[in-house]
Amino acid sequence: MSLLDRFRDRVGSSAATTGDPLVDDLRAALSPERVKTDGAQRSLLGKDASVFDGGSAGPICYPVSTAEVVEIMRIAQVHERAVVPRGAGTGLAGGAIPLGAPIVVAVTKMTSILEIDEANGVAWVEPGVINLDLTRQLTPLGYHFAPDPSSQQVCTIGGNVANNSGGPHCLAYGVTNSHVAAIEVVSPAGEVIMLGGLDPEPDGYDLRGVFVGSEGTLGIATKVAVRLTKNRPAVRTLLMSFASVRDAANTVSDVIAAGIVPAAMEVMDQRITEAVENYVGAGYPTDAAAVLLAEVDGPDEGIDIDADRIAEIGRGNHATMVRVAADDTERALLWKGRKTAFGAVAQIAPDYYLHDTVVPRSALADVLDEIYAIADRHDLLIMNVFHAGDGNLHPLIVFDGRDEGVLDRVHAAGGEIIEASLAAGGVLSGEHGIGVEKQKYMDRLFSDADLEHQNRLRRAFDPVCRANPGKVLPMGHSCADIQQLRSVPTGVWG
Amino acid sequence: MTATLRNADPVLDEFAVAVGAEGTLSVAGNRTRWDVGGPLAPDTRIISAPTGIVEYIPEEMIVTVRAGTSVDELHRTLAERGQWTALPERGGTVGGAVAVGQSDYRRPARGDLRSAVLQVRYVSAEGTLVTGGGPTVKNVSGFDLPRLITGSLGTLGCIAEVILRTNPIPATTRWLSSTDADPFAIHARLLRPGPVLWDGTTTQVMLFGHDIDVTADVDRLRSVGRFDDCDEPSAPAGHRWSVPPAALTNMAALDTGAFVAEVGVGIIHAERAQIRPPLDPGARLIHERMKAEFDPTGRLNPGRIAGVR
Repeated sequence: MSLLDRFRDRVGSSAATTGDPLVDDLRAALSPERVKTDGAQRSLLGKDASVFDGGSAGPICYPVSTAEVVEIMRIAQVHERAVVPRGAGTGLAGGAIPLGAPIVVAVTKMTSILEIDEANGVAWVEPGVINLDLTRQLTPLGYHFAPDPSSQQVCTIGGNVANNSGGPHCLAYGVTNSHVAAIEVVSPAGEVIMLGGLDPEPDGYDLRGVFVGSEGTLGIATKVAVRLTKNRPAVRTLLMSFASVRDAANTVSDVIAAGIVPAAMEVMDQRITEAVENYVGAGYPTDAAAVLLAEVDGPDEGIDIDADRIAEIGRGNHATMVRVAADDTERALLWKGRKTAFGAVAQIAPDYYLHDTVVPRSALADVLDEIYAIADRHDLLIMNVFHAGDGNLHPLIVFDGRDEGVLDRVHAAGGEIIEASLAAGGVLSGEHGIGVEKQKYMDRLFSDADLEHQNRLRRAFDPVCRANPGKVLPMGHSCADIQQLRSVPTGVWG
Repeated sequence: MTATLRNADPVLDEFAVAVGAEGTLSVAGNRTRWDVGGPLAPDTRIISAPTGIVEYIPEEMIVTVRAGTSVDELHRTLAERGQWTALPERGGTVGGAVAVGQSDYRRPARGDLRSAVLQVRYVSAEGTLVTGGGPTVKNVSGFDLPRLITGSLGTLGCIAEVILRTNPIPATTRWLSSTDADPFAIHARLLRPGPVLWDGTTTQVMLFGHDIDVTADVDRLRSVGRFDDCDEPSAPAGHRWSVPPAALTNMAALDTGAFVAEVGVGIIHAERAQIRPPLDPGARLIHERMKAEFDPTGRLNPGRIAGVR
C-alpha cells in the first residue's frame, strides 16, 4: 500500500473528508484541530513582523512531536508541496512568509524544555520554547540562554536557530551559532537527523554550523541542545550622554580599540530616546543627541576596572554625562527602555520599517550621517537604536502607511541605506536574515560563483527546494525554487 | 580603513591557476597534521597556499591572512597590538588549522576556532575563486560557507585566505597545578576558568583576566585543592578524542590508555585512538551530496575524509 493510500485509509476511518486530499492526509496524520485551513488563520500566518505583503499560506499544521513533523514532510513529498517552518512570526525580513501556498509548520505547540543537562552544559528544548521563558527556567540554576533579541519575550528558540539571532549581549557572548551544540532536524526528505553533538568536535562537515542561520531552508529543527551560560556575579551598567551621535560612535570604537570587549554597547539617538522616555520613563536624558548604554560583567573583584576605563574613554569623547546604574532596579529600567524602543515608536506613527546592516565600527559615525541624509532626501523620519559594539545598525523608518506613496519612499530609502552600508565595507544583515527582503541585494555582496556555491550547500540538504522555497538566494541562483513555486496549483489556496 | 569583501588580489588569482580544474590535488602547509583524515591517494599533485598577512585592523578585531601563513608569524604580528586568535599554535599554517578545524588546547581562554572564521576565500574544484561570509562578527547574509569550509579538510575547496576574529590578550594569565584537586569541582567554583587539563593525577589550570580577578580566582581554586604555580604546559600529544564533557568523569569506561583530558570541553589527548560510531545514514547522505556538489570528480584531497582523526 502506498504512503498516500495509507493516509487515505486513516482519513476514511476517522473524520469526514474536506474534499482536499492534502488536507485530509494532514488531518489524518495530526488531528483535525491541529490542521487549519480557515481564511483568518491563513491570512494571519501569511505574514511575519516585516512590512512585506503577506504570501499565501496553504494548510497550517501545529505538530506536537518530531514524528508528526516527519509525517508532514512525507505528506508534502507525496503531494509535491513545499513546507515553511514558522516560530512566533517575529522575523523582520519575511523569512517565514509562505510563498506559493506551502504547508506552514508552526512549531508553537512544541514548547517543552526536555532536559537540563548541567554536566554537559546544555539544555534540550523543543523549537517552540520562547527565548525568555527558557532563561527564566534556567535562572534558579544559575544559568541563562545568552542570545537576547529585542523580541525575546515572544520569539522562539526555533526562530533564533533559523535566523542565528543576536541581541545586545551577543557582543561578548556571541550569536546563536555559538550557543547551540546539537540540533535534531527533520530533513526535507522526512528523515530525522542529528546535527552536531554534545562532544566538542563531531565528525564530518559542520552541518550544525551551517544549519543555524539558514532561515528554514535546510529542514525543520525539532529539538535543540542550547548551551547554558553562567549568570554573572557582578554587573556594571553605564549610561552616557553625548552632544553628537559621532561622539557616541567614536566612544564605542575607542573602547574596542582599547582591548575591552564589554557585555553590551548600545546607542540610541535623540528621537528614539524621547520616544522611549515618553513610553516607559527609563531615566534617559532627552536633551542629548545620543545616549550610550554600556555594560560590563564578570567576577566581583575587577568589575570596576573596565567600567572606569569605559567612562574615561567616554569623557575623552566629550560625554556630557556618565552615570552608573546604582542597583539592579535601575539597571532593569535602563534595559527596559532599550528593549521596548520599537514598541515606543508606535506613539509617533502607526508603522515602522526596521533595517539591519553591519558596518565596521570605525565607519559607524560616517554611515549614520549618511543615513540621516538619506531620510531627509526622502522626507522620512528616521531613528537610530543599534548594537553599536558589533557595528550592527538598526535604522528605524517611522511612517504612516495610509500616506499616499509613502511605502515607495520607505523602500527607496531602505535600498540606499543598504548601499551605504555595503560601500563602507559592511554586510547585508547582522541578525534579521535575508528572507525576501534582501534577496535582490545578494549580488551586491557576492559574485555569481559565490551564490552558486551557497546554492550547492543548500542543494546538498534539499535537492528539490522543498523547505521554504523562494528565500535567501536570488531567484536566478536557485532554479529549483522557481520550478517549485510554479508547480503549485494556484486557486486552491491562492 | 575598512576591509572590503572582494578586493582583487593577483596572488589569489595565481593560486586559482595553480589549483586549475583537472587532476587530483592536495594543498600542503607545514604538514603538522598531515595524517588527519587518512592517507592521501597516491600520485596526487601537491601545492602550497599563498602566504602573507593582507590587512590587520586591531580596532575592528579582524585580520585578513592568506592560508599559507604560519600561525606563529600571525600571532607574533597580532601580539604587537595585544591580540591573538583561536588558532592553535603548533607550528602549522593558518590554512591547515582552518582546514582541520581543531581548536587549541587553551580553547576556554582563546575561543572556539570555528566561531573565529568570519570570511573564507577558497578555490573551487573548477578553479574558481569563491568568497563566503564577510568581515564582520555579526553576519547572517546567506548560507554560511565559512562554517562549511572550516574543518572540511580541503575536500570541498582549497582555502586561499581567511578573515579571522582576533581577541585581546588578557592582562594576566597564570597556570597552576595540583595533585589532590577534583578537576570537576573547578567549574562549579569559578565563573570562567581557562583551560583545565587533567591526566588522572595532576590537574593544571590556567586563570586569565584582570590581575585582581586572577588573584581572587587563585583563592577560590585553593578551596578545591592544593595548587602551586607552574609553567604553561605544552600542547598535549597523542590521539585526539571528542566526547561529551560529562564522559570525562568516568574515564575507566573509555579505552584511552594514558591521557590528558580537557575538562569542561570533552577533548582527550590519548595513547590509543578513539573508535567512533559511523555517521547516521541521513547525515551521511548529506555529506555525500555535499562532496558531490562541491567536488563532483573527487579531485580535492582524495583519500581524506573530513572529521576522521
